[in-house]
Amino acid sequence: MKLTCLSKGDGFHYPPCHMLNLCGFRILIDCPLDLLAITIFSPFPYDVRFEASEYPSDVPLDAQSPTQKKQKLERQMTPDDLVCAEPWYKTVKALHLWEASLIDIVLISNPMGLLGLPLLTQNPRFCAKIYMTEATAKIGQLMMEDLVSMHMEFRRFYGPDDSSFPWWTKNLDGEEVPALLKKVVFGESGDDLGSWIRLYSLDDIKSCMKKVQAVKFAEEVCYNGTLIINALSSGLEIGACNWLINGPNGSLSYVSDSIFVSPHAKNFDFHRLKGTDVMIYSDFSCLQTAEVTENGCNSPDQDNNSTISSDKNDENLAASLLDTEESLEELEKLAFVCSCAAESADAGGSTLITITRIGIVLQLLELMSNSLESSSLKVPIFVISSVAEELLGYTNTIPEWLCEQRQEKLISGEPSFGHFKFIKDKKIHLFPAIHSPNLITSWQEPCIVFAPHWSLRLGPSVQLLQRWRGDPKSLLVLEAGISSGLGLLPFRPIAMRILQCSFLSGIRLQKLPTLLSVLQPKIVLVPDAFNGRINHTEMKPIPMLTYSENKTLRVPRTADNPDVEIMAELASKLSWRILRQGENFGLARLKGELLMEGGKHRLVSGLEQEASSGKATGLRHWGSVAPETLLDSLVKMGITGSIEHSTGGNGSEDKCVIHITNPSSGFIETSDIGTAIITDDKNVASQIFQAIDGILDGI
Amino acid sequence: MAIDCLVLGAGQEIGKSCVVVTINGKRIMFDCGMHMGCDDHNRYPDFSLLSKSGDFDNAISCIIITHFHMDHVGALPYFTEVCGYNGPVYMSYPTKALSPLMLEDYRRVMVDRRGEEELFTTAHIANCMEKVIALDLKQTIQVDQDLQIRAYYAGHVLGAVMVYAKVGDAAIVYTGDYNMTTDRHLGAAKIDRLQLDLLISESTYATTIRGSKYPREREFLQAVHKCVAGGGKALIPSFALGRAQELCMLLDDYWERMNIKVPIYFSSGLTIQANMYYKMLISWTSQNVKEKHATHNPFDFKNVKDFDRSLIHAPGPCVLFATPGMLCAGFSLEVFKHWAPSPLNLVALPGYSVAGTVGHKLMSGKPTTVDLYNGTKVDVRCKIHQVAFSPHTDAKGIMDLTKFLSPKNVVLVHGEKPSMMSLKDKITSELDVPCFVPANGETVSVSSTTFIKANASDMFLKSCSSPNFRFSNSSTELRVTDQRTADGVLVIEKSKKAKIVHLDEVSEVLHEKNHVVSLACCCPVKVKKESDDVDVDLIIKQLSEKISEKVSGAEIHETGNCLQVGSFKGSLCLKEKCAHRREISSSSSEAVFLCCNWSVSDLELGWEIINVIKQNL
Repeated sequence: MKLTCLSKGDGFHYPPCHMLNLCGFRILIDCPLDLLAITIFSPFPYDVRFEASEYPSDVPLDAQSPTQKKQKLERQMTPDDLVCAEPWYKTVKALHLWEASLIDIVLISNPMGLLGLPLLTQNPRFCAKIYMTEATAKIGQLMMEDLVSMHMEFRRFYGPDDSSFPWWTKNLDGEEVPALLKKVVFGESGDDLGSWIRLYSLDDIKSCMKKVQAVKFAEEVCYNGTLIINALSSGLEIGACNWLINGPNGSLSYVSDSIFVSPHAKNFDFHRLKGTDVMIYSDFSCLQTAEVTENGCNSPDQDNNSTISSDKNDENLAASLLDTEESLEELEKLAFVCSCAAESADAGGSTLITITRIGIVLQLLELMSNSLESSSLKVPIFVISSVAEELLGYTNTIPEWLCEQRQEKLISGEPSFGHFKFIKDKKIHLFPAIHSPNLITSWQEPCIVFAPHWSLRLGPSVQLLQRWRGDPKSLLVLEAGISSGLGLLPFRPIAMRILQCSFLSGIRLQKLPTLLSVLQPKIVLVPDAFNGRINHTEMKPIPMLTYSENKTLRVPRTADNPDVEIMAELASKLSWRILRQGENFGLARLKGELLMEGGKHRLVSGLEQEASSGKATGLRHWGSVAPETLLDSLVKMGITGSIEHSTGGNGSEDKCVIHITNPSSGFIETSDIGTAIITDDKNVASQIFQAIDGILDGI
Repeated sequence: MAIDCLVLGAGQEIGKSCVVVTINGKRIMFDCGMHMGCDDHNRYPDFSLLSKSGDFDNAISCIIITHFHMDHVGALPYFTEVCGYNGPVYMSYPTKALSPLMLEDYRRVMVDRRGEEELFTTAHIANCMEKVIALDLKQTIQVDQDLQIRAYYAGHVLGAVMVYAKVGDAAIVYTGDYNMTTDRHLGAAKIDRLQLDLLISESTYATTIRGSKYPREREFLQAVHKCVAGGGKALIPSFALGRAQELCMLLDDYWERMNIKVPIYFSSGLTIQANMYYKMLISWTSQNVKEKHATHNPFDFKNVKDFDRSLIHAPGPCVLFATPGMLCAGFSLEVFKHWAPSPLNLVALPGYSVAGTVGHKLMSGKPTTVDLYNGTKVDVRCKIHQVAFSPHTDAKGIMDLTKFLSPKNVVLVHGEKPSMMSLKDKITSELDVPCFVPANGETVSVSSTTFIKANASDMFLKSCSSPNFRFSNSSTELRVTDQRTADGVLVIEKSKKAKIVHLDEVSEVLHEKNHVVSLACCCPVKVKKESDDVDVDLIIKQLSEKISEKVSGAEIHETGNCLQVGSFKGSLCLKEKCAHRREISSSSSEAVFLCCNWSVSDLELGWEIINVIKQNL
């Protein structure tokens, strides 16, 4: 098995990307887009921005946002530095180095990992089988369609442009260009230029999705008779999954960003990942947060290490992973967002929420409508997105993909998510776009708006941010990481209050040792960035290898030799040889046909074996021939001869020759390593062979 | 190893489906239904056959319910709450959501009618449903270490599944009720090609072969239309879920198209509530419905209203869906009592009616009066229409499924004995699959597949991964054989796991040394002498031509003065006196000799070649 990490990714929206070589098959795991990189583009055309910069700039800079870090740049970046062009999109750089036709399987773990796939499937040589869960396929497709429709606005403005070279990079290598911008465009090592590509079209999405085989959680799909692939819930998002792959050479688990107890999606199904031969740990989320402590993480209670074996202990460990502390924390964060929005509304300001994580949006919608209802504040909630209606409708028809509490709602006949009722009661309004005719008639401020895109470059959030940025009563809710980079640059100065939220998007590092001791893989692969962050000695029972970006890691086989399953009927037909030496052994030549079926080698009755079964090929003998015994049995057959011993001089081995005199002449040479029958009489030769065969063990 | 299939219900009959299958020590109960036509102890499957002591937890590994119809789930609360089974129960998400509604509806009907004592209470239903684990389609569930189950789409009603169960190497499928064609709102049954030891199939329509449904749907619509156009009332007794939605979709659509304003009523809030579930569970409906769903949910019926008891005697035409189906009790029977005497009215009976119910009486013959359960007689002057499309597969569907899965054995349940027998003959004769039709309480035993596991060496697997074809001309035709597995040897050592090794590894495993047995002889070649010089290359060439002519499938390699066929090696012997040469054969001193040796593996081949060489001239 070989693993090549193509990209470590960057947070929730840009999951890692790997290439795996398993049983000779090349497997691509996830194909994301680096959407944070589009922040280098200006969200509006030049002239609009010019007008915008005339906006009163008397708002003191310091009052902008308390959470924002100060940039240390050569000079203060201005919105003019941003690229004024139809945006291009950044993909995984190293993926372009692989020939598309040589990929056999593509596994998509979550909707974010799907965003770049149409760019790969556009390639006419691409012929891999694509697997993802049904929910990932649906949600991912909607996300892509939304992306394309938001991008269309730029298209409309800049007009068609079919250049295949990112011409806008030409002006970006100058001295005066800010380093931050350069880094995004050209990468750390300056070779990222090739990873910029134009966005796909709706047709590309359609043809990509046609190639997808959608699966359910824990559905076993068999690739080529060899690999059994299972998608198991990871809890990160609705439909997001980890992978369990069983093959003839052992089992492999791929753990992506996972959440143990999810408030909306099905929980992290880790029990099924127990005891795999190889585990690829690809949850980089812990590197994003500052939670990593200096002294690394601690192993679970010390006493667990000594006696992990006992079942009870195992259960306790598993239970400790499922504590609700994390989910409570998350809930608090959401409640805080709600209270901030309510505060703004109280003061007469509007709230713009640019978070597009579906799970978070669904929960916020639920919480906000509930809190607004109880607070008697009359503030409308708008959701503006080209796919809002379909997406929100969809989430109420998929109880199978949701957490248990929400499944319970199905049983009691309630919709899975609260927004259903509020949409019906006209508390939540859905609009496909900001220019939707009905939006104007129902628009009222203050209001709470959910609008994409989180990068603040695409979609209705751009216009709304333009509108409210000077209003200190209004609130902007952002995903973490946006404000520290180029994100807010074109909107400065901003008087709005800014709330930056980072939500749990993976396994906390301190839970890793517990998880490993529950799962007990034979070997675990972790990112090299974990070095020094985890205490190797405490994980000792499980061997650990580290992998680095763009380096191929070869993993030795840990599993035993594969088993062959022999059909009982066939086994009973095998002819057994009983050996003279060592009665402990039974030997039989195999018959039939060896198949690869459902990831297993199977020996089944073949079609026509009788024709050739008479003469076995490749006879093997062992033991030694005592000349006297041989002569005895030859005499019984009517063959006479005499024995001549020759003790080889000058170190050659002992040899013995039996001269045959009757019925025809010939001789037999025999030694420790072999016997030669020398005669041109076929009958005599076969008789002699029979005699020898009777003396030696063979098959 | 054997698979035992004990039929507790629905053996040679329809009603109280319950089949208990024992596979390699695991015991699975498929369905736990109640007989709608029985009032006595025969209503439930005879659970005492499972365990005399009543310790069902140890007697059964799990229960799997295929769909929410009463004859499949009806006895479950009784079995879990009254008989005390506490083990796992599996059903699909829709079945889990809808079964309690069905059970509660039935319980109420039963208690309302004749004030019968409660078989199970509302609390029983709730407690029972708490034990249920929901299944998704195709999701593979490991019930315990050995038992694996998986559900496939069956199409019969919303959430109906076929169940695949596997223990060790033995596997079976229990179909439950299924439909092999797409209907108004559900898709057709869909299953993978599996290797099965046993298929347990329903056989409600074991001899019927149905054509297209559309004429039958039209018949139904026209019958209803005719009735309401004539000012009559149409009664459709049906259970709250399933048929009601399908027929309602049909009517709603027809009403739209024909612009009919006659109201369609649902007798209880139950069906309205059920529509809500259908909306949420839209992913379990047919592709067609799912696609439409993005714009309009097809379970949002436009012309449907709630029914009120006072409307029974209201003048004017209407269509009423009333529960329960089969006119076995409750509200539908009450309405029937009032509407049946009028010749304007219509009773449309969808689907199957179990023997003993009023519905059954109406369908079998044309009665003018019908006895109700409490002894009152009702004149029947209304029209009776039997809805002729059914969510069950027909005989062709059963044959198709059996052919597709090609199991080693078939057991038929859930049907009527005579037609089951004729289907059995058909399966046995046409598909050559043993078929059984057990009655209730009978057990069918069939043998199961087992595989023997052996650890294979890398060398064997490697040698097997490349083809090793042998071509041979036997009589007239060319034969191709591939004997790569014959290079493998199964080695069993006492108290160790069996191993498969390559031939060349056997001696190593046995800690022995190989002993090579070979043959040799120095054979004269008669060549036409044209000059005194012996042209070595020419002789070899001539020989190889001859050999390839005479010996079939021989691959000959020539190198210098050697030629090689398989393990056969022959080289020109230039020695004056070769030890391998027979003295007497040296008749002519001009003769050229070929010194040959070959291994016993190619015993016959060697002699064939020697013959050719000897005959050379």
